[in-house]
Amino acid sequence: MMNEHKHDDHAPLVAEDDAGNLEGQQITNALQALLVRKGLISAGEITLEIQKIEAPGTHLGAKIIARAWADDDYRQRLLANGKNGAAELGIKVGEAQLEVVENTPEVHNLVVCTLCSCYPRSILGQPPSWYISKAYRARAVREPAAILEEFGLVLAKGKKIRLHDSNADLRYLVLPERPSGTDGLDEEQLAALVTRDSMIGVTTIASPQKTESN
Amino acid sequence: MNRGERVPARFEVGDKVQVLDLNIEGHIRTPSYIRGKSGKIIQFCGFFLNPEDLSVGNTGGPVYPLYRVSFAMKDLWSDYDRGEDDELCIEVYDHWLDTSKT
Repeated sequence: MMNEHKHDDHAPLVAEDDAGNLEGQQITNALQALLVRKGLISAGEITLEIQKIEAPGTHLGAKIIARAWADDDYRQRLLANGKNGAAELGIKVGEAQLEVVENTPEVHNLVVCTLCSCYPRSILGQPPSWYISKAYRARAVREPAAILEEFGLVLAKGKKIRLHDSNADLRYLVLPERPSGTDGLDEEQLAALVTRDSMIGVTTIASPQKTESN
Repeated sequence: MNRGERVPARFEVGDKVQVLDLNIEGHIRTPSYIRGKSGKIIQFCGFFLNPEDLSVGNTGGPVYPLYRVSFAMKDLWSDYDRGEDDELCIEVYDHWLDTSKT
């Protein structure tokens, strides 16, 4: 059964707890059992597909970010074409196109999908439950600064917020600003600093030396 | 039009456009908060199948131009009290747009 599949602890995909979802799960389970019993698919194939969906973790996105920090020419190519940039690192982006949006001292980027839950799954894995919640999807485009504050990020007054509602064929990845105090680090060490939330845009990455949040 | 044929692009980067408030059935992926609003085309994204066709399982239609459009947050929300420059970028298909009247 799909809900017995062993995987890392993470919040359930569906944040809303209403009757419609419960019924959908029952139908899905029944359909799955029937297909397996009729020999049309095997339980092993299902497990494999789940693993494929869950395999991309944030480490793929972090790898891209780390390379962009370390190599300025790569960063330019990545910003021009995200899918090609990822491919250079052997990372296959499954979605139509990847748009990498860069945080700068002047601009902070934030990504949301108001209509559903579009997210660069092929490089970041499954989105966190708060990302697909109605609350985030409604409020991010209405009061982004308040959302950021709830995540512990207070932007300077003069800093511009650029929101991206990924409602069609592009998927967005935020390229966070490289934190200070990281000059001596290699790409692997840099990638270890990159968090999922910073690639969505609800937080920034603190300098490794500092313990207080920025 | 034939399968995969391109619907011609009516707009280009820099154009001021208005999101149509289409009151028709179908999978129009323009959230209500941008309908009737004016913004600027910042990027041409390419040609893609129309969500209205895809939502009914039709993958044999023409491909439509898709743009990224930028809106000032203060134009979207009358009480937006943060920066004048705060903006929202969203993807809108050609046929859901018109030239801006403002």
